[in-house]
Amino acid sequence: MTETGGSTPLVKLEGVNKHFGTLHVLKDIDLDVQRGEVVVVIGPSGGGKSTLCRVINRLETIDSGTITFDGRELPAEGKALARLRSEVGMVFQSFNLFSHKTILENVTLGPIKVRGISRQQAEQRGMELLERVGIASQAGKYPAQLSGGQQQRTAIARALAMDPKMILFDEPTSALDPEMVQEVLDVMVTLARDGMTMMVVTHEMGFARRAANRVVFMADGQVVEQGPPAEFFTRPSTDRARDFLSKILTH
Amino acid sequence: MNDLIKYAPDLAAGFLVNVELSLVCAVLSLIAGTVLVSLRVAPTPVLRTAAATYINIVRNTPLTLVLAFSALGLSDTLGLSFSKEPSTNAFWLVVLGLSAYTASFVAETLRSGINTVPLGQAEAARAIGLTFFQSLRMIILPQAFRAVIAPLGSVIIAMIKNTTVAMAAGYLAESAFVMKDTFDDTGVSIPIFIGLVLAFMAITLPVGFLAGRLARRLAVVR
Ligand SMILES: Nc1ncnc2c1ncn2[C@@H]1O[C@H](COP(=O)(O)OP(=O)(O)OP(=O)(O)O)[C@@H](O)[C@H]1O
Ligand SMILES: [Mg+2]
Repeated sequence: MTETGGSTPLVKLEGVNKHFGTLHVLKDIDLDVQRGEVVVVIGPSGGGKSTLCRVINRLETIDSGTITFDGRELPAEGKALARLRSEVGMVFQSFNLFSHKTILENVTLGPIKVRGISRQQAEQRGMELLERVGIASQAGKYPAQLSGGQQQRTAIARALAMDPKMILFDEPTSALDPEMVQEVLDVMVTLARDGMTMMVVTHEMGFARRAANRVVFMADGQVVEQGPPAEFFTRPSTDRARDFLSKILTH
Repeated sequence: MNDLIKYAPDLAAGFLVNVELSLVCAVLSLIAGTVLVSLRVAPTPVLRTAAATYINIVRNTPLTLVLAFSALGLSDTLGLSFSKEPSTNAFWLVVLGLSAYTASFVAETLRSGINTVPLGQAEAARAIGLTFFQSLRMIILPQAFRAVIAPLGSVIIAMIKNTTVAMAAGYLAESAFVMKDTFDDTGVSIPIFIGLVLAFMAITLPVGFLAGRLARRLAVVR
Protein backbone atom coordinates (compact mmCIF):
# COMPACT_ATOMS: atom_id res chain seq x y z
CA MET A 1 0.00 0.00 0.00
CA THR A 2 2.99 2.34 -0.22
CA GLU A 3 2.98 2.78 -3.99
CA THR A 4 3.29 6.40 -5.05
CA GLY A 5 4.47 8.29 -8.09
CA GLY A 6 2.99 9.35 -11.38
CA SER A 7 2.01 5.97 -12.78
CA THR A 8 -0.75 5.03 -10.35
CA PRO A 9 -4.14 6.70 -10.73
CA LEU A 10 -4.82 9.53 -8.28
CA VAL A 11 -8.25 8.12 -7.47
CA LYS A 12 -9.25 4.49 -7.79
CA LEU A 13 -12.74 3.19 -7.03
CA GLU A 14 -13.15 -0.58 -6.98
CA GLY A 15 -16.47 -2.34 -6.55
CA VAL A 16 -17.98 0.62 -4.72
CA ASN A 17 -21.55 0.24 -3.48
CA LYS A 18 -23.68 2.80 -1.71
CA HIS A 19 -27.26 2.66 -0.49
CA PHE A 20 -29.58 5.31 0.90
CA GLY A 21 -31.92 3.06 2.85
CA THR A 22 -33.20 0.61 0.27
CA LEU A 23 -32.18 2.81 -2.66
CA HIS A 24 -29.07 1.42 -4.37
CA VAL A 25 -27.35 4.62 -5.48
CA LEU A 26 -23.89 3.40 -6.52
CA LYS A 27 -23.74 -0.09 -8.01
CA ASP A 28 -20.34 -1.77 -8.19
CA ILE A 29 -18.54 1.29 -9.46
CA ASP A 30 -15.04 0.81 -10.86
CA LEU A 31 -13.43 4.06 -11.90
CA ASP A 32 -9.95 5.55 -12.10
CA VAL A 33 -8.95 9.17 -12.37
CA GLN A 34 -5.40 9.77 -13.57
CA ARG A 35 -3.24 12.63 -12.38
CA GLY A 36 -3.91 15.74 -14.44
CA GLU A 37 -7.00 14.21 -15.96
CA VAL A 38 -10.29 16.08 -16.34
CA VAL A 39 -13.28 13.77 -16.08
CA VAL A 40 -16.75 15.06 -16.83
CA VAL A 41 -19.63 13.09 -15.34
CA ILE A 42 -23.02 13.40 -16.98
CA GLY A 43 -26.28 11.52 -16.75
CA PRO A 44 -29.93 11.75 -15.81
CA SER A 45 -31.09 13.24 -12.51
CA GLY A 46 -30.89 10.84 -9.61
CA GLY A 47 -28.31 8.68 -11.38
CA GLY A 48 -25.79 9.03 -8.55
CA LYS A 49 -23.44 11.67 -9.95
CA SER A 50 -23.36 13.84 -6.83
CA THR A 51 -22.99 10.78 -4.63
CA LEU A 52 -20.03 9.64 -6.73
CA CYS A 53 -18.32 12.98 -6.10
CA ARG A 54 -19.16 12.99 -2.43
CA VAL A 55 -17.80 9.53 -1.67
CA ILE A 56 -14.40 10.56 -2.99
CA ASN A 57 -13.86 13.02 -0.13
CA ARG A 58 -16.01 10.93 2.15
CA LEU A 59 -18.81 13.42 2.63
CA GLU A 60 -20.74 10.18 2.11
CA THR A 61 -19.54 6.83 3.40
CA ILE A 62 -19.68 3.71 1.23
CA ASP A 63 -21.16 0.29 2.06
CA SER A 64 -18.62 -1.89 0.26
CA GLY A 65 -15.69 -1.69 -2.10
CA THR A 66 -12.56 0.41 -1.79
CA ILE A 67 -11.56 3.92 -2.71
CA THR A 68 -7.90 4.81 -2.81
CA PHE A 69 -6.63 8.34 -3.12
CA ASP A 70 -3.00 8.95 -4.00
CA GLY A 71 -2.16 5.31 -3.29
CA ARG A 72 -3.85 5.10 0.11
CA GLU A 73 -7.27 3.93 1.12
CA LEU A 74 -9.56 6.70 2.36
CA PRO A 75 -9.26 7.11 6.13
CA ALA A 76 -12.47 6.44 8.03
CA GLU A 77 -12.49 9.41 10.37
CA GLY A 78 -10.62 11.85 12.57
CA LYS A 79 -7.50 13.82 11.75
CA ALA A 80 -6.48 11.56 8.88
CA LEU A 81 -9.83 12.09 7.18
CA ALA A 82 -9.61 15.85 7.70
CA ARG A 83 -6.15 15.78 6.10
CA LEU A 84 -7.46 13.83 3.13
CA ARG A 85 -10.28 16.31 2.63
CA SER A 86 -7.83 19.19 2.71
CA GLU A 87 -6.15 17.58 -0.31
CA VAL A 88 -9.39 17.23 -2.28
CA GLY A 89 -11.09 20.49 -3.13
CA MET A 90 -14.84 20.62 -3.54
CA VAL A 91 -17.00 23.13 -5.35
CA PHE A 92 -20.73 22.88 -4.71
CA GLN A 93 -23.72 23.77 -6.83
CA SER A 94 -24.90 26.22 -4.17
CA PHE A 95 -21.41 27.71 -3.56
CA ASN A 96 -21.62 27.23 0.22
CA LEU A 97 -19.36 30.16 1.01
CA PHE A 98 -19.11 30.87 4.72
CA SER A 99 -21.83 33.52 5.04
CA HIS A 100 -20.39 35.31 8.08
CA LYS A 101 -16.90 35.68 6.62
CA THR A 102 -15.58 38.03 3.97
CA ILE A 103 -14.48 36.81 0.56
CA LEU A 104 -10.82 36.96 1.58
CA GLU A 105 -11.53 35.21 4.92
CA ASN A 106 -13.33 32.45 3.04
CA VAL A 107 -10.17 31.85 1.06
CA THR A 108 -7.68 32.14 3.95
CA LEU A 109 -9.52 30.16 6.65
CA GLY A 110 -8.39 26.73 5.47
CA PRO A 111 -4.73 27.63 4.92
CA ILE A 112 -4.57 29.31 8.36
CA LYS A 113 -6.55 26.80 10.44
CA VAL A 114 -5.82 23.55 8.62
CA ARG A 115 -2.38 24.13 7.16
CA GLY A 116 -1.09 26.41 9.93
CA ILE A 117 0.15 29.07 7.50
CA SER A 118 0.63 32.59 8.91
CA ARG A 119 -2.21 35.03 8.36
CA GLN A 120 -0.01 37.39 6.41
CA GLN A 121 1.18 34.68 4.04
CA ALA A 122 -2.32 33.27 3.65
CA GLU A 123 -3.72 36.70 2.82
CA GLN A 124 -1.05 37.37 0.26
CA ARG A 125 -1.71 34.03 -1.42
CA GLY A 126 -5.47 34.55 -1.06
CA MET A 127 -5.29 37.86 -2.89
CA GLU A 128 -3.27 36.25 -5.67
CA LEU A 129 -5.93 33.58 -6.06
CA LEU A 130 -8.76 36.11 -6.00
CA GLU A 131 -6.85 38.02 -8.66
CA ARG A 132 -6.58 34.87 -10.71
CA VAL A 133 -10.35 34.27 -10.64
CA GLY A 134 -11.01 37.96 -11.24
CA ILE A 135 -12.56 39.11 -7.96
CA ALA A 136 -9.70 40.69 -6.04
CA SER A 137 -11.65 43.97 -5.86
CA GLN A 138 -14.41 42.21 -3.86
CA ALA A 139 -12.08 40.79 -1.17
CA GLY A 140 -13.62 42.73 1.73
CA LYS A 141 -17.25 42.01 0.89
CA TYR A 142 -19.50 39.30 2.25
CA PRO A 143 -20.76 36.45 0.04
CA ALA A 144 -24.34 37.75 -0.06
CA GLN A 145 -23.08 40.99 -1.62
CA LEU A 146 -21.68 39.16 -4.65
CA SER A 147 -23.34 37.77 -7.76
CA GLY A 148 -23.66 34.01 -8.12
CA GLY A 149 -20.84 33.88 -10.63
CA GLN A 150 -18.55 35.83 -8.32
CA GLN A 151 -19.50 33.58 -5.40
CA GLN A 152 -18.70 30.46 -7.37
CA ARG A 153 -15.35 31.87 -8.44
CA THR A 154 -14.64 32.60 -4.78
CA ALA A 155 -15.49 28.99 -3.99
CA ILE A 156 -12.98 27.87 -6.61
CA ALA A 157 -10.35 30.16 -5.11
CA ARG A 158 -11.16 28.74 -1.66
CA ALA A 159 -10.55 25.23 -2.97
CA LEU A 160 -7.33 26.27 -4.73
CA ALA A 161 -6.00 27.92 -1.57
CA MET A 162 -5.52 24.47 -0.06
CA ASP A 163 -3.25 23.42 -2.95
CA PRO A 164 -5.42 20.37 -3.53
CA LYS A 165 -4.30 17.37 -5.55
CA MET A 166 -7.74 17.29 -7.12
CA ILE A 167 -10.94 19.33 -7.24
CA LEU A 168 -14.46 17.90 -7.37
CA PHE A 169 -17.13 20.07 -8.99
CA ASP A 170 -20.78 19.15 -8.45
CA GLU A 171 -22.84 21.05 -11.02
CA PRO A 172 -20.89 24.28 -10.43
CA THR A 173 -22.92 26.32 -12.93
CA SER A 174 -26.43 24.91 -12.44
CA ALA A 175 -27.49 27.53 -9.91
CA LEU A 176 -26.19 30.45 -11.96
CA ASP A 177 -28.01 32.92 -14.16
CA PRO A 178 -27.15 32.13 -17.78
CA GLU A 179 -24.99 35.22 -18.23
CA MET A 180 -22.72 34.12 -15.40
CA VAL A 181 -22.12 30.56 -16.50
CA GLN A 182 -19.33 31.44 -18.90
CA GLU A 183 -17.19 33.37 -16.39
CA VAL A 184 -17.11 30.32 -14.13
CA LEU A 185 -16.47 27.89 -16.97
CA ASP A 186 -13.60 30.06 -18.18
CA VAL A 187 -11.91 29.77 -14.79
CA MET A 188 -12.42 26.01 -14.86
CA VAL A 189 -11.01 25.67 -18.38
CA THR A 190 -7.91 27.57 -17.31
CA LEU A 191 -7.52 25.26 -14.32
CA ALA A 192 -7.84 22.23 -16.57
CA ARG A 193 -5.20 23.62 -18.94
CA ASP A 194 -2.89 24.22 -15.98
CA GLY A 195 -2.99 20.51 -15.23
CA MET A 196 -5.37 20.34 -12.25
CA THR A 197 -6.96 16.93 -11.76
CA MET A 198 -10.70 17.52 -11.92
CA MET A 199 -13.92 15.58 -11.70
CA VAL A 200 -16.79 17.70 -12.93
CA VAL A 201 -20.48 16.87 -12.81
CA THR A 202 -21.99 19.15 -15.43
CA HIS A 203 -24.29 19.27 -18.39
CA GLU A 204 -22.23 21.95 -20.10
CA MET A 205 -21.29 20.16 -23.30
CA GLY A 206 -19.13 23.07 -24.39
CA PHE A 207 -16.97 22.66 -21.30
CA ALA A 208 -16.75 18.90 -21.77
CA ARG A 209 -15.63 19.34 -25.39
CA ARG A 210 -13.11 22.06 -24.58
CA ALA A 211 -11.56 20.73 -21.40
CA ALA A 212 -12.43 17.11 -20.65
CA ASN A 213 -10.17 14.16 -21.33
CA ARG A 214 -12.98 11.76 -20.67
CA VAL A 215 -16.74 11.76 -20.30
CA VAL A 216 -18.34 9.32 -17.88
CA PHE A 217 -22.02 8.66 -18.45
CA MET A 218 -23.83 7.55 -15.29
CA ALA A 219 -27.38 6.28 -14.96
CA ASP A 220 -29.15 4.29 -12.27
CA GLY A 221 -26.05 4.15 -10.12
CA GLN A 222 -23.88 2.62 -12.82
CA VAL A 223 -21.19 3.83 -15.18
CA VAL A 224 -22.98 3.00 -18.41
CA GLU A 225 -20.41 4.27 -20.83
CA GLN A 226 -17.23 6.34 -20.94
CA GLY A 227 -14.88 7.73 -23.53
CA PRO A 228 -13.26 10.82 -25.01
CA PRO A 229 -15.76 13.68 -25.39
CA ALA A 230 -15.64 13.92 -29.18
CA GLU A 231 -16.41 10.23 -29.49
CA PHE A 232 -19.04 10.15 -26.75
CA PHE A 233 -21.02 13.10 -28.06
CA THR A 234 -20.93 12.08 -31.72
CA ARG A 235 -21.10 8.31 -31.47
CA PRO A 236 -22.44 7.15 -28.10
CA SER A 237 -22.35 3.38 -28.01
CA THR A 238 -25.31 2.68 -25.70
CA ASP A 239 -29.01 3.37 -26.24
CA ARG A 240 -29.19 4.87 -22.77
CA ALA A 241 -26.59 7.50 -23.60
CA ARG A 242 -28.06 8.20 -27.06
CA ASP A 243 -31.46 8.69 -25.49
CA PHE A 244 -30.06 11.03 -22.81
CA LEU A 245 -28.06 13.09 -25.30
CA SER A 246 -31.01 13.54 -27.62
CA LYS A 247 -33.00 14.91 -24.70
CA ILE A 248 -30.47 17.43 -23.47
CA LEU A 249 -29.53 18.56 -26.97
CA THR A 250 -33.11 19.54 -27.72
CA HIS A 251 -33.09 21.83 -24.67
CA MET B 1 -43.43 55.76 50.80
CA ASN B 2 -41.64 56.18 54.12
CA ASP B 3 -41.05 52.44 54.21
CA LEU B 4 -39.34 52.58 50.86
CA ILE B 5 -37.00 55.33 52.03
CA LYS B 6 -36.33 53.69 55.39
CA TYR B 7 -35.51 50.28 53.95
CA ALA B 8 -33.92 51.58 50.75
CA PRO B 9 -30.31 50.89 51.77
CA ASP B 10 -31.06 47.25 52.64
CA LEU B 11 -33.10 46.77 49.52
CA ALA B 12 -30.40 48.39 47.39
CA ALA B 13 -27.75 46.13 48.92
CA GLY B 14 -30.03 43.18 48.20
CA PHE B 15 -30.59 44.30 44.67
CA LEU B 16 -26.85 44.56 44.18
CA VAL B 17 -26.67 40.84 45.00
CA ASN B 18 -29.21 40.18 42.22
CA VAL B 19 -27.05 42.17 39.83
CA GLU B 20 -23.89 40.31 40.84
CA LEU B 21 -25.65 36.96 40.50
CA SER B 22 -26.96 38.01 37.09
CA LEU B 23 -23.55 39.01 35.76
CA VAL B 24 -21.73 35.91 36.97
CA CYS B 25 -24.50 33.51 35.91
CA ALA B 26 -24.87 35.14 32.48
CA VAL B 27 -21.21 34.55 31.70
CA LEU B 28 -21.12 31.04 33.15
CA SER B 29 -24.38 29.86 31.60
CA LEU B 30 -23.41 31.14 28.15
CA ILE B 31 -20.11 29.29 28.36
CA ALA B 32 -21.62 26.12 29.81
CA GLY B 33 -24.53 26.25 27.35
CA THR B 34 -22.11 26.48 24.43
CA VAL B 35 -20.14 23.50 25.70
CA LEU B 36 -23.40 21.57 26.26
CA VAL B 37 -24.73 22.19 22.77
CA SER B 38 -21.37 21.23 21.28
CA LEU B 39 -21.65 17.86 22.98
CA ARG B 40 -25.34 17.68 22.09
CA VAL B 41 -24.55 17.78 18.34
CA ALA B 42 -21.22 15.89 18.47
CA PRO B 43 -20.79 12.88 16.19
CA THR B 44 -20.03 10.61 19.17
CA PRO B 45 -23.29 9.01 20.40
CA VAL B 46 -22.12 8.85 24.03
CA LEU B 47 -21.50 12.59 24.19
CA ARG B 48 -24.78 13.35 22.44
CA THR B 49 -26.78 11.15 24.78
CA ALA B 50 -25.06 12.49 27.89
CA ALA B 51 -25.72 16.11 26.89
CA ALA B 52 -29.33 15.40 25.89
CA THR B 53 -29.98 13.64 29.19
CA TYR B 54 -28.53 16.49 31.20
CA ILE B 55 -30.44 19.13 29.26
CA ASN B 56 -33.75 17.30 29.51
CA ILE B 57 -33.47 16.62 33.22
CA VAL B 58 -32.30 20.07 34.26
CA ARG B 59 -34.57 22.01 31.92
CA ASN B 60 -37.63 20.16 33.18
CA THR B 61 -36.85 20.47 36.88
CA PRO B 62 -38.29 23.47 38.77
CA LEU B 63 -35.54 25.96 39.54
CA THR B 64 -36.28 25.90 43.26
CA LEU B 65 -35.54 22.16 43.27
CA VAL B 66 -32.31 22.66 41.31
CA LEU B 67 -31.22 25.27 43.85
CA ALA B 68 -32.32 23.13 46.77
CA PHE B 69 -30.28 20.27 45.30
CA SER B 70 -27.33 22.60 44.92
CA ALA B 71 -27.61 23.59 48.60
CA LEU B 72 -28.79 20.41 50.28
CA GLY B 73 -27.43 17.74 47.96
CA LEU B 74 -24.10 19.14 46.85
CA SER B 75 -23.28 21.33 49.80
CA ASP B 76 -24.77 19.71 52.90
CA THR B 77 -24.61 16.06 51.88
CA LEU B 78 -21.57 15.91 49.62
CA GLY B 79 -19.74 18.63 51.48
CA LEU B 80 -19.17 21.01 48.58
CA SER B 81 -18.16 24.35 50.06
CA PHE B 82 -17.05 27.53 48.35
CA SER B 83 -16.37 29.58 51.46
CA LYS B 84 -16.49 29.49 55.29
CA GLU B 85 -18.58 32.66 55.15
CA PRO B 86 -22.21 31.39 54.89
CA SER B 87 -23.48 34.19 52.67
CA THR B 88 -20.52 33.85 50.30
CA ASN B 89 -21.01 30.11 50.23
CA ALA B 90 -24.72 30.57 49.52
CA PHE B 91 -23.90 33.04 46.74
CA TRP B 92 -21.72 30.54 44.90
CA LEU B 93 -24.17 27.69 45.44
CA VAL B 94 -26.83 29.83 43.78
CA VAL B 95 -24.39 30.66 40.97
CA LEU B 96 -23.77 26.96 40.47
CA GLY B 97 -27.43 25.98 40.47
CA LEU B 98 -28.73 28.90 38.43
CA SER B 99 -25.94 28.62 35.85
CA ALA B 100 -26.42 24.87 35.50
CA TYR B 101 -30.15 25.47 35.06
CA THR B 102 -29.85 28.38 32.62
CA ALA B 103 -27.14 26.60 30.60
CA SER B 104 -29.68 23.98 29.54
CA PHE B 105 -31.92 26.71 28.10
CA VAL B 106 -28.95 28.38 26.42
CA ALA B 107 -28.00 25.02 24.89
CA GLU B 108 -31.49 24.41 23.51
CA THR B 109 -31.69 27.95 22.15
CA LEU B 110 -28.32 27.54 20.44
CA ARG B 111 -29.40 24.22 19.03
CA SER B 112 -32.36 25.85 17.34
CA GLY B 113 -29.84 28.38 16.01
CA ILE B 114 -27.69 25.57 14.63
CA ASN B 115 -30.74 24.27 12.81
CA THR B 116 -30.99 27.56 10.91
CA VAL B 117 -27.47 27.15 9.49
CA PRO B 118 -27.68 25.45 6.08
CA LEU B 119 -26.10 21.98 5.89
CA GLY B 120 -23.88 23.22 3.07
CA GLN B 121 -21.94 25.38 5.52
CA ALA B 122 -20.82 22.36 7.52
CA GLU B 123 -20.09 20.40 4.35
CA ALA B 124 -17.93 23.18 2.95
CA ALA B 125 -16.11 23.38 6.29
CA ARG B 126 -15.46 19.64 6.29
CA ALA B 127 -14.44 19.75 2.63
CA ILE B 128 -11.54 22.12 3.34
CA GLY B 129 -10.33 19.82 6.10
CA LEU B 130 -11.71 21.33 9.29
CA THR B 131 -12.45 18.75 11.98
CA PHE B 132 -15.94 18.54 13.46
CA PHE B 133 -15.18 20.74 16.45
CA GLN B 134 -13.24 23.24 14.34
CA SER B 135 -16.14 23.65 11.96
CA LEU B 136 -18.53 23.91 14.91
CA ARG B 137 -16.43 26.63 16.53
CA MET B 138 -15.48 28.63 13.44
CA ILE B 139 -18.41 28.18 11.10
CA ILE B 140 -21.56 26.77 12.71
CA LEU B 141 -21.71 28.31 16.18
CA PRO B 142 -20.85 31.88 15.10
CA GLN B 143 -23.78 31.76 12.66
CA ALA B 144 -26.03 29.98 15.17
CA PHE B 145 -25.34 32.64 17.82
CA ARG B 146 -26.23 35.45 15.47
CA ALA B 147 -29.47 33.72 14.56
CA VAL B 148 -30.63 33.44 18.18
CA ILE B 149 -29.40 36.64 19.84
CA ALA B 150 -32.96 37.80 20.51
CA PRO B 151 -34.15 34.49 22.07
CA LEU B 152 -30.88 34.30 24.04
CA GLY B 153 -31.80 37.75 25.37
CA SER B 154 -35.06 36.28 26.63
CA VAL B 155 -33.20 33.44 28.32
CA ILE B 156 -30.93 35.95 30.06
CA ILE B 157 -33.91 38.11 31.11
CA ALA B 158 -35.57 35.04 32.63
CA MET B 159 -32.30 34.23 34.38
CA ILE B 160 -32.05 37.74 35.84
CA LYS B 161 -35.56 37.47 37.28
CA ASN B 162 -34.75 33.97 38.52
CA THR B 163 -32.05 35.38 40.81
CA THR B 164 -34.95 36.20 43.16
CA VAL B 165 -35.47 32.49 43.79
CA ALA B 166 -32.01 32.34 45.34
CA MET B 167 -33.37 31.87 48.84
CA ALA B 168 -34.14 28.28 47.89
CA ALA B 169 -30.41 27.66 48.20
CA GLY B 170 -30.12 29.11 51.65
CA TYR B 171 -29.70 32.45 53.35
CA LEU B 172 -28.73 35.01 50.76
CA ALA B 173 -29.81 38.62 51.26
CA GLU B 174 -30.88 39.38 47.71
CA SER B 175 -33.67 41.91 47.14
CA ALA B 176 -36.71 39.59 47.10
CA PHE B 177 -35.52 38.05 50.34
CA VAL B 178 -34.99 41.50 51.88
CA MET B 179 -38.41 42.56 50.67
CA LYS B 180 -40.10 39.56 52.23
CA ASP B 181 -38.17 40.20 55.44
CA THR B 182 -39.26 43.83 55.40
CA PHE B 183 -42.88 42.89 54.80
CA ASP B 184 -42.69 40.60 57.82
CA ASP B 185 -41.75 43.69 59.87
CA THR B 186 -43.92 46.37 58.32
CA GLY B 187 -46.65 44.58 56.45
CA VAL B 188 -46.98 44.77 52.72
CA SER B 189 -45.73 48.04 51.27
CA ILE B 190 -46.82 48.83 47.73
CA PRO B 191 -44.06 51.45 47.15
CA ILE B 192 -41.35 48.92 48.07
CA PHE B 193 -42.96 46.43 45.74
CA ILE B 194 -43.12 48.88 42.84
CA GLY B 195 -39.62 50.15 43.59
CA LEU B 196 -38.20 46.64 43.17
CA VAL B 197 -40.17 45.95 40.01
CA LEU B 198 -38.79 49.17 38.53
CA ALA B 199 -35.27 48.23 39.59
CA PHE B 200 -35.52 44.91 37.77
CA MET B 201 -37.03 46.51 34.71
CA ALA B 202 -34.12 48.94 34.70
CA ILE B 203 -31.84 46.04 33.80
CA THR B 204 -34.09 43.63 31.93
CA LEU B 205 -35.54 46.19 29.51
CA PRO B 206 -32.10 47.32 28.26
CA VAL B 207 -31.02 43.68 27.94
CA GLY B 208 -33.99 43.00 25.68
CA PHE B 209 -33.45 46.22 23.75
CA LEU B 210 -29.75 45.52 23.28
CA ALA B 211 -30.42 41.94 22.19
CA GLY B 212 -32.89 43.15 19.60
CA ARG B 213 -30.45 45.69 18.22
CA LEU B 214 -27.54 43.24 18.14
CA ALA B 215 -29.74 40.65 16.45
CA ARG B 216 -30.48 43.09 13.65
CA ARG B 217 -26.93 44.34 13.35
CA LEU B 218 -25.21 40.96 13.38
CA ALA B 219 -27.78 39.04 11.31
CA VAL B 220 -26.08 36.78 8.78
CA VAL B 221 -27.19 37.71 5.27
CA ARG B 222 -27.48 34.69 2.99
N1 LIG C 1 -28.81 12.04 1.76
C1 LIG C 1 -29.64 11.27 1.02
N2 LIG C 1 -30.59 10.52 1.61
C2 LIG C 1 -31.43 9.76 0.89
N3 LIG C 1 -31.42 9.66 -0.44
C3 LIG C 1 -30.49 10.40 -1.11
C4 LIG C 1 -29.58 11.25 -0.40
N4 LIG C 1 -28.79 11.85 -1.32
C5 LIG C 1 -29.21 11.43 -2.52
N5 LIG C 1 -30.22 10.55 -2.40
C6 LIG C 1 -30.90 9.84 -3.50
O1 LIG C 1 -29.90 9.07 -4.18
C7 LIG C 1 -30.12 9.13 -5.58
C8 LIG C 1 -28.88 9.63 -6.26
O2 LIG C 1 -28.69 10.97 -5.87
P1 LIG C 1 -27.56 11.91 -6.49
O3 LIG C 1 -27.74 13.22 -5.85
O4 LIG C 1 -26.24 11.26 -6.37
O5 LIG C 1 -27.98 11.96 -8.02
P2 LIG C 1 -27.49 12.96 -9.14
O6 LIG C 1 -27.09 12.11 -10.29
O7 LIG C 1 -26.48 13.89 -8.61
O8 LIG C 1 -28.81 13.73 -9.51
P3 LIG C 1 -29.04 15.27 -9.91
O9 LIG C 1 -28.71 15.39 -11.36
O10 LIG C 1 -30.49 15.46 -9.65
O11 LIG C 1 -28.17 16.09 -9.03
C9 LIG C 1 -31.34 10.00 -5.79
O12 LIG C 1 -32.46 9.16 -5.99
C10 LIG C 1 -31.47 10.78 -4.53
O13 LIG C 1 -32.83 11.06 -4.25
MG1 LIG D 1 -26.47 15.96 -8.18
